[in-house]
Amino acid sequence: MAKVFAVTVILIAIGSAIPILMHKWVPPVDISTHGPLIDEQLSETMVEAGISFLAAQFILGLFVWKYSNTPKSAKIRNFPGGATGLVTAAVLLVGLEAMALGIFGAKAWASVYFTPPKPDALKIQAQAGQFAFYFRYPGPDGRFGPIHPDLINEGTQNFFGLDPDHDPDSKDDIVTAELAVPVNREVHLLMHAKDVGHSFFVRELRIQQDFVPGLDVSVHFTANKTGRFEIVCTQLCGLGHYNMKAYLSVLSQPDYDTWLKQQATMQ
Amino acid sequence: MKTRNKLAGMLSALVLAAVGALMLSRNVSAAGEGKITGTVKLAGTAPHQRAIDMSKEPYCQKLHADHPVTLENVVVGSNGGLQNVVVYVSEGLPASAGGQVPSEKPKWDQKGCQYIPHVVALDINQHFLVTNSDPTSHNIHPIPTKNPQWNKSQPPGAQPFDVSWANEEVSIPVKCNIHPWMHGWMAVVKGPTAVSDGNGSFTLDNVPPGNYTLTAWQETYGAQTQKVTVAAGKPATADFTFKAK
Repeated sequence: MAKVFAVTVILIAIGSAIPILMHKWVPPVDISTHGPLIDEQLSETMVEAGISFLAAQFILGLFVWKYSNTPKSAKIRNFPGGATGLVTAAVLLVGLEAMALGIFGAKAWASVYFTPPKPDALKIQAQAGQFAFYFRYPGPDGRFGPIHPDLINEGTQNFFGLDPDHDPDSKDDIVTAELAVPVNREVHLLMHAKDVGHSFFVRELRIQQDFVPGLDVSVHFTANKTGRFEIVCTQLCGLGHYNMKAYLSVLSQPDYDTWLKQQATMQ
Repeated sequence: MKTRNKLAGMLSALVLAAVGALMLSRNVSAAGEGKITGTVKLAGTAPHQRAIDMSKEPYCQKLHADHPVTLENVVVGSNGGLQNVVVYVSEGLPASAGGQVPSEKPKWDQKGCQYIPHVVALDINQHFLVTNSDPTSHNIHPIPTKNPQWNKSQPPGAQPFDVSWANEEVSIPVKCNIHPWMHGWMAVVKGPTAVSDGNGSFTLDNVPPGNYTLTAWQETYGAQTQKVTVAAGKPATADFTFKAK
């Protein structure tokens, strides 16, 4: 029975490695400039974790096979007390591996979080609320008007709580339900939550950033391929979470200009 | 002893006569029920109604691609008539009137990611049906202050919800938690009520003759009242004009 178990463990390990080695599960297309670093990091993690996983399963199988007939009276070395060398080696090995991943991964992390956006990055505000995203463009004046939470009114489509009658900066602000960005232009997304925690996740952008109530969070990215992609909320935020989504359109500069003009007329 | 019996007899006769008179008067009012008709107009320019971006729900966006939906906070017909105004009798109804809850069940449909109708007027305890005609889920969420609040999801193809409101309330805002642009109102009043149509006209049926205060409520401009007298067998007229801010 123990030998059957040993063989099964090894077969399952090999079976689960095959589709990965054959590249059956590939990540979605990457449309960002920082994405290759992240993908590289992920594939390094996959290789390291994969080798460790296979090694662990093979050793487990071999040990079960080899010692399955050991009599019950045989002496077992416990830790602490015995097997100190083995345990120390294992801890060092796993620790070193995790540290190496962290050190190499810092490059990918820093490229997004420790590098400030360029001053000329296109500023767009993103607001998450139960259960939809809304976006705000500053308009020709380049300035966002102030937000008055008491003026938020979904019935009049005032999702951000703007007061264009009294705030000159709000007059030309453009509020949209879709996030459109020009291709190859850096975007600085200024994020805030209206109610509870939400998340901004676009697989193709390789960005997943939480909205935290009470905090102004921001991310920056440059999309380098045009297309339409789904933005989903990946932080359980309530009853309608499953349906909380919006779309990201990466457009050529002329298309983006046309889109923005059309949105301005819809205000 | 004799005088006592006489007194008792006279009292009973009086009570009988009073009850009879009351019943007779009720019959008379029921037979001669009148109605109030009128028009609601908007003076001045209607405010700009923002177009609604439904890109979150591709089905609804496609449905309205040729004709984008706008807000419905102020809907004015070609003749200047104001639509979606709730008109009801706010004062003067006898206690006996309006006691009968209409058996007709209005429909509150969710279609093309909009509430149809945008405003519904209901009698107290009148049942109405919430239906979903879209191939997508809706989450209907009325926010009353004088009635219990509720919040229910209705997936496509679900059975209609048969609901009613127990207390008078003008008006209950309704929103959809999944589609934040969806917005509507439910007015719950006692007695005859109507919502003005595309030309701003309304008709209140089954109003017994008498002197009344009529109230017209509009979601952006608030309420207006006026006195109206209904004579038996003759429709009374009451017109309202709201001023654009």
